[in-house]
Order: sequence, then structure tokens, then C-alpha cells
Amino acid sequence: VPVLQTNNGPGLTGLTTIAAHLVKQAKKDQLLGRTAEEKAVVQQWLEYRVTRVDGGSSKEDTRIILKDLNIHLEDKVYFAGNIFTLADILMYYGLHHVMVDLTVQEKEQYLNVSRWFNHIQHYPGVRQHLPNVIFIKNRLYTNAH
Amino acid sequence: MRLRVAAGGPAALKVLAAAGAAAAPVRLRPLAPLSPPWVPVLELDSGTVLFSPNAICQFFFLARGEEPTDLTNQWLEWEATELQPAASAALYAQLVHGKKGLEAAEALGKLLAHIEQNLSRRGTAYLAGNTESVADVVVWGTLFPVLRDETSLPSELQALRTWFRSMTLSEACRKAADSVLMPKALLEFKAYLQKQPPPCLAVEKATSNEPEEEEGSERALTEEEITAAVDAWARGAAALPKPWQPQKPVLPVEGMRNVLITSALPYVNNVPHLGNIIGCVLSADTFARYCRLRNWNTLYVCGTDEYGTATETKAVEEGLTPQEICNKYNAIHADIYRWFDISFDYFGRTTTPYQTTIAQDIFQRLLARGFLLQDTVEQLRCEDCQRFLADRFVEGTCPFCSYEEARGDQCDKCGKLINAVELKNPQCKLCRGVPVVKPTQHLFLDLPKLEERLEPWLEQSWATGDWTANARYITRSWIRDGLKPRCITRDLKWGTPVPLDGFRDKVFYVWFDAPIGYLSITANYTDQWERWWKNPQQVELYNFMAKDNVPFHSVIFPCSLLGADDNYTLVNHLIATEYLNYEDGKFSKSRGVGVFGDMAKDTGIPADIWRFYLLYLRPEGQDSAFSWSDLMLKNNSELLNNLGNFINRAGMFVCKFFGGTVPNMVLTPDDKRLLARVTLELRQYHQLLEKVRIRDALRCILSISRHGNQYIQVNEPWKRIKGDEKDRQRAGTVTGVAVNMASMLAVLLQPYMPSISLAIQGQLCIPPDCFVLSHDFTCTLPPGHRVGTVSPLFQKLENDQVEALRKRFGGGQPEDLAVAPQARQTPAASEPPPAPATLMAPGDPQLIQKLTEEVAKQGNHVRQLKANKAEKAQVDTEVAKLLELKKQLALAEGKNPEVPVPKGKRKK
Repeated sequence: VPVLQTNNGPGLTGLTTIAAHLVKQAKKDQLLGRTAEEKAVVQQWLEYRVTRVDGGSSKEDTRIILKDLNIHLEDKVYFAGNIFTLADILMYYGLHHVMVDLTVQEKEQYLNVSRWFNHIQHYPGVRQHLPNVIFIKNRLYTNAH
Repeated sequence: MRLRVAAGGPAALKVLAAAGAAAAPVRLRPLAPLSPPWVPVLELDSGTVLFSPNAICQFFFLARGEEPTDLTNQWLEWEATELQPAASAALYAQLVHGKKGLEAAEALGKLLAHIEQNLSRRGTAYLAGNTESVADVVVWGTLFPVLRDETSLPSELQALRTWFRSMTLSEACRKAADSVLMPKALLEFKAYLQKQPPPCLAVEKATSNEPEEEEGSERALTEEEITAAVDAWARGAAALPKPWQPQKPVLPVEGMRNVLITSALPYVNNVPHLGNIIGCVLSADTFARYCRLRNWNTLYVCGTDEYGTATETKAVEEGLTPQEICNKYNAIHADIYRWFDISFDYFGRTTTPYQTTIAQDIFQRLLARGFLLQDTVEQLRCEDCQRFLADRFVEGTCPFCSYEEARGDQCDKCGKLINAVELKNPQCKLCRGVPVVKPTQHLFLDLPKLEERLEPWLEQSWATGDWTANARYITRSWIRDGLKPRCITRDLKWGTPVPLDGFRDKVFYVWFDAPIGYLSITANYTDQWERWWKNPQQVELYNFMAKDNVPFHSVIFPCSLLGADDNYTLVNHLIATEYLNYEDGKFSKSRGVGVFGDMAKDTGIPADIWRFYLLYLRPEGQDSAFSWSDLMLKNNSELLNNLGNFINRAGMFVCKFFGGTVPNMVLTPDDKRLLARVTLELRQYHQLLEKVRIRDALRCILSISRHGNQYIQVNEPWKRIKGDEKDRQRAGTVTGVAVNMASMLAVLLQPYMPSISLAIQGQLCIPPDCFVLSHDFTCTLPPGHRVGTVSPLFQKLENDQVEALRKRFGGGQPEDLAVAPQARQTPAASEPPPAPATLMAPGDPQLIQKLTEEVAKQGNHVRQLKANKAEKAQVDTEVAKLLELKKQLALAEGKNPEVPVPKGKRKK
């Protein structure tokens, strides 16, 4: 669990707590949502990140998570609807190791997650050191002649 | 907004309390029955649904204008990740296991102390300050169902007790507790909990690359199975059938199972891709090797498909005759397959006199029986060249997607099939003249008339044979869409001539002609070919192919043979693969993206590793994707750590501890169970391979060696060998059983990795008579058997190495692609084959930049070496690398790569 040592006070513990703190420090409050509703939604996905995504260990857990997220993202550009928020950033980091391991077929199966993920990894400043996950596929061969 | 809560659900407590504390105007609705997670749901008026209890609580406070702070956030996160799991476990212990309050709360100890510390250190009345916040409600709501009242808290947690009591007494919390936690509701919740697996706390799972054992794969063994396995083991090598060596040429034998295997004929103007190789020749090879190990009388034939328009256009491009093109590429194909260790009994070609004789015979028989039709076709004719233009001799704009370089038969961009006369702005590919539409006569195979023969045959073949699901599906949809007469002639020179007046200037269409290649290639192998091909009573025919070839093998060719009515052997088992994809970022429009057969050799990775990986991801049942990192992973985990490790250890123990002689074995019940377990896997291997599920059967091999590794790990022979008499005997038994497993693995592996199999055979000195497959695991290396020198079978693939390969083959135009003939069909006709690197798109800025950087880097490296007075040989190699880079850079910049002569050579 990450700890942030601040200049005043005893410091902060917890990934989403620290992330939210830094967002406010950077005066990017819109990343936490603008309305009460958006804020609650962002909060919900941050919690989902640290409980479900980080807590899931089996293949079955991962499958359920991808399935649920795929349904959630069906009609949304971002996790909180139409605005890019901290939820997208932290979910991106939480899911990266999962997405890297998906086969071409699985990426197609979780199309909405793939679409969202590809979008986020190209969002300026998000990807940082993580490798780009590839979503294009080329057919190795066809037998046509 | 509507709040749906389940009666009795503990999480309902905090949301109700929060709603009360924040005075949120909610309407309560019962949760839909059977909502499994037992969590509350808040439906907002906007339609948004919140499903996380903490987010719901947060929302109530936000709606009242209370913004979250760093502290409330921290509490909420802590509650979700730490407190919640522990509280759930405690609650489970109470309700299901009936533990008393305090006892169950023990697990919470550290967490309760955390709260106590925070409260007392800050000296505040509430968790995040001196007023109640969302944090208090959330933490209280989770603790309350477990603690019920503060008296269950240890008295030293004074601050916590005070806080907890004041929370419990607050109106909102009290009301919520009254409504949710009536004893009856908790009982209901208990019923739910009992159906759930117990919550596990902070399970630290070691990450591993090993595939997880599938649940249920370890089915219980019966006593009979164990006894049978022990009996079979004891019978030893004597119980094995004698390996059968067929006479050459292989011919069907009365009373034996006679298996005829064909692989789709690779087209001669291409260097085969990895996809071609796994799609047909390698799959068929693995199966053929398996059949031979089963003592089935097996003939495996293949060859290059050489006639057709693509060869003719290719010949025009390269300024060679079609025959010269075929010779050249036939040799390339044969080389590649030899490298991949493909065990053809005969690898032939379609441009032979037998092809003409047999194709014309089938044609005459079809003609005589009235299965051919004549019709007039509108076709493009180039008046300058004085010829009708076959599909590939014409280019134009695609009528579907407006791609400007569409071919006469298919558009490369949208992939749609095109009727050449529908092309917009058609051009003759040879002279660039504009062709005109003229009528011409062609011959058609009357498929509608043949359908009445096809249907009963198909029904029978499907009932008795193994057709892959895709083969059945594709065939069914072809027939459902209605069979139409199909043109079997073409206006070309390079093909089997049509032996009929009025058609003497035409040849057979390649798809009428090509499958006949199976027959003519066999005829070139043995003059008694008809004993294979006109002998359906004795011969079982397996056709291997990728799925795009299915209709030609399941409908058109069988129709030709059924119509010709000469007791032909028709396909019994049609084995079609799906596609193998190449996963990579760069999209290249030109056909031929990916790894080609001749490049596999250049990677330095042994053929058997390629065979293993391609078979491991054989697109069996669904498409699969080739990936370099996965290749590395599978090599390092499955081959090196699992299979290679086991076989090597088993052999090494015999050498190191028993002087190279297999020790005496005294089987314990554990060993006997292992024998039965291995027998089960072996049976599974056979069951799968008999159904040609090649990829799945490979898993059984890996499974056996996994059992073997576990067996060694548990029994630790390297420790026991140093122990007393009994321990040493145990070490001997374990080593003996393990080395016998390794011996059997060598046989099972042979269809997949023939060289590795041979290497194991050599190392363990397995008698050649044991190289045969039976359904039992027997002791083939008895006590006293001498093994040879044991050495590692596999090498680790390093990340750098694989990254370099990915770069080399993955994106852009790797230099080696130049030798791939289909990489780019440049119109420059009579130029010599392009030199490497000319295929790099000149002026590609990314490439130029990359190369410039590399030149600079390598230049520095060389200077450094010289400054350090490095050895001359080393400097020379590095200088050569630098020059090569400079040459590539010049080419990329479109300059003439004038390579300066290295200085060293000028001196002497």
C-alpha cells in the first residue's frame, strides 16, 4: 500500500487517497468529477479498482471483472460517462497487466473494454512507462491464390 | 432517487445510516430477490446506478454539500480494502461457525487498534475531525454487525469504545440498525452466507507463469485403474507391439489400417508462412508420425501446386518461364519443409506428365457421363496481347471499395471476390492497354446435377469420419446456398491442356486441377498409386488444410470424382484449421505480413521449438495468435522448466546416484497411483490424437511431465540417497519410475518434436523396439538398463533475443522480407530479383531516424573499442556492423549504397 509523506501532517496512506490528494494539489479537480453524482461515480470506480481489480487473483475473477466492465462501458466513453476522470487513469493502471495478456480473441470479446483501454492509453500523459498494448491484428496469412 | 436494500444485508446498514445522517430524500425499495451480492443499489433520478456502498454513502454526504477530504478518503479506502474483508470473515465465523462475538472479533484486533490509535492520537471525537463525517458512518456500519455493542470491545480501546457508543446511539444509526438488523434478518443473511465459500483473508498468491491446473482435471482414481496400471507396468517392454516397418513404396496392406494423409498443396509462387505450415504440412506431419507410431500403415504425400495464373504472372514479372519459377520455388518449399522435419513419404509437384494423364482421364469420364456443360462467358480481352485475360492478368478499380489496384478475382483491400468484368477502369497487366469485353466459350462442372451423388456420400462420410466442425459448417452452408455450375477452364497457357476441340487453347482451372495433384503426386511415388486412390474399401483418407480450402475438398473435388465414377478413394476425415494471426502494431497493406518459413531458420531458434510452439497454438477450433513474447514464455516455462527439467533430472539422477544404471524399484501405493495417473493422461493423449486434436494432445504430454516434476519434488531422491538403506531404496524407486516416464515421454513427443525425441532416445539409450505407442505405461527401462550421457534438451530464450526478433520480423519491412516473393508485386518486369533492403520504403523518416541513431551509437562503440585498444578481431566485427548499418541508412535515404572498402583490407 503506497504512503505519501507530506510536509504537514502524518502523511497519507492508500492509492486512491493519495491520487485524489495529488489531483487536488495540481488543481485538476475536474478529474474527481464536477457534480455530486460524478464525484460519487468516480469514488465508486476508485473503490472498485482497489477492491475488485487489485483483489481479484484467479482467472475467473478476471473474467468476471472484464465481463462486468464490458457491460458498463457499452454506452460510455469513460468510466464516469462523458468526462475523463481519475477513475479512468487508475483503472488503466490496474488493468494494464490484464490487458497485456489477453489474446486477440479475448480483446474482441471484451470489445468495449478494449476500445476504452486503447483510448485511455493514448490519452496525453497517461501511459508513461507502461508498454503500449496492441489492439490491431494482422492476419498472418491467407491461402488465397 | 431509489435505494434498494436487501433485508439482512450488513452493507445495507451503512447506507441507511448515511442516508439518515445526511438526511437524503431516498425512497426505499426492496432488492430484487436473488440479487446475489447482497449489496444495496442506489438508482439516481438521472438513471445512474451506484452499486458500491461506500460510494452511495459518499453521495448522500456530497448531495448535502459535504466534500470528501483527504482524511475521509483515506478512511473509506482503508475500510474497503482492509476492514471490510476482515469484518466479513468475522461475521462469517460468528454466523456460520457459531463463534462468540469477541472470539470472532479477534481477527479484527489489529484493525481495531488502528482506529483506536487514530482517535487517541488526534484527540478528536470523530474519525476525521470533531464532527461526524461519511467516514464515521461507513466504519461504524461495517463494525456494528460484528460487535453489536461496545462491550464486546476490549476495555483498553477506550477511545474506540467511546466513539462506537456515541455512533450507535446517534439517531440515524440507531434507526438503521433497528430496521436492518432484526434477528430474523440476520438469520436470513446467515442462510445466504452458508451458501458462499468462506471469505479468505489476505491470500498472498505467488504469481507464476505456469498455467493453472484446470479444476476437476484431477479426477479420483479407482482401485481397478490402479491395479491395471501396475499390471501393465510389470509386463514391461515385452508387452509392446513390435514397431512395424512398411516396405517401400508404402502400399495398402490387407488386414491393416491403411491411412492415406494429404496436406493441402502449397502454392508454388509463395514462400510458405508459419500459418501455411501449421495449417497443413505440420499438422499433417504430426498426425502421420502418430499414425506410424501406432503401427498403422501410413502414406503421407504432398507437393507444390504449380499451375495457374499466379505462376504465369509471376514468371512474367521475374522474366523467367513458368517452369523455371516452379523449379525455383519447389526447391525453396522442399528446403523449408526439410528444415521443419516434415516426414513426407513423398513431396512432389503438379507439373508432371501423370498430372496431365490423370486430370484428362477424369475430365473425359465426366464428359462421357454428361456432367460437363458448355457456356458462353463475357470476358475481358486485350486486343494488343491477343488474349483473353485471366483474372490475375487484369487490374482495375474495385467496384465495392474503389481501391485502385484490385485484381481481377479479388480486391486486396476489402477482400471481396470480384468478377473481372465488373472492375472499373480495367487494365491489362502485361501491356497496360485497355481490354474490351468479348464473349468466349468455357466448360462447367455441372454441380447441381452431381448434388444427388454428393449428398448421400457426405451423409455417410460425416456419420463415420472425423470432420472438424468448421469443415462441416462451411460445406453445409455451400450446399444450402445452392450449387451452381462451376467453370473449370481458363484462358491460360500454364496448365493442364483441355483435351477437347474448341478448347485446345485453354487449360483447366487450378481448382479443378490442383486436388488431382494428390493422385498424380502419388503416381510419381509409385506406379501402383491406384491401390491407394481407387480403393475406398481398404484406405482411410485424411485431408489437412486451412479452412478456406474446405469447399474445394468437400464439394468440388468429391463431385469430380463421384462424377468420374471410377471407385475413387474419397475423403473420410477432413481436418481444417482456423487462422493463425500475427499480432503486431504495424499494419502493412501488402500481402505477406508475418514470419515466413525460410526466416524461421534465420532466427536461430531450433526447428523443434518452432514445431512445438506452432502446434501449441494450432488454431484448432478457433483462431489463435502468434506472439514473440508468448513464444519465449512457452519455451522457458513449458519446455525448459517443465518438460526439459523433468527429463533431464530423471536422467541425471540415474547417472549421478546410480552410476548410469537404472536401479531396482519397489513400488509403494503412491508410485502405483502415479502409474495410474500417467496411464490416464496417456489414454487421453490417444483419444485426442485419434480425433486429430493435435493441440490438446500436446497438453497431455506437458501434464505428464508436470506430474513427474511433482513426484520428484515430493520424494526428494537427492536427499534420500544420502540416507539409510530404506531411504536409498526409495531414491532408487523414484529415480527408476521417473526415468521410465521420461522414456515414454520421448515416444509421445516424437510426433511433435522429432529431434528432441531422438535426443532423449540417445541420452537414455531407449531400445528402438520401444519406439511404438500402446495404451499402457510399461517399464521400458528395467533395472540394470544402462543410460548414456545426459545433457540439457532446451535452451532459455532471453528477452533481448526475442525483442530483437520481434523488431526484425514484426514491424515495417524486415530486410529478409525481400526474399519473400509475394512481398510486393512490382511491375518492373525483367529486373533481377531485388537486392535486400531495396524493399524498404525509401524516405521513411522513422526508419531513417532509427538508423541514424544506430549508426551514431555503433560509431561511438567502435571508437571506444579502438581507444581501449581492443582486440583486432573484435574491432573488425564491430566495424563490419557499422558499415552494414551505414549501408542500410543510405538505402533508406534512397541513396546509392556505395560501401567504402574497409580500411583493413586496403592495407594488405
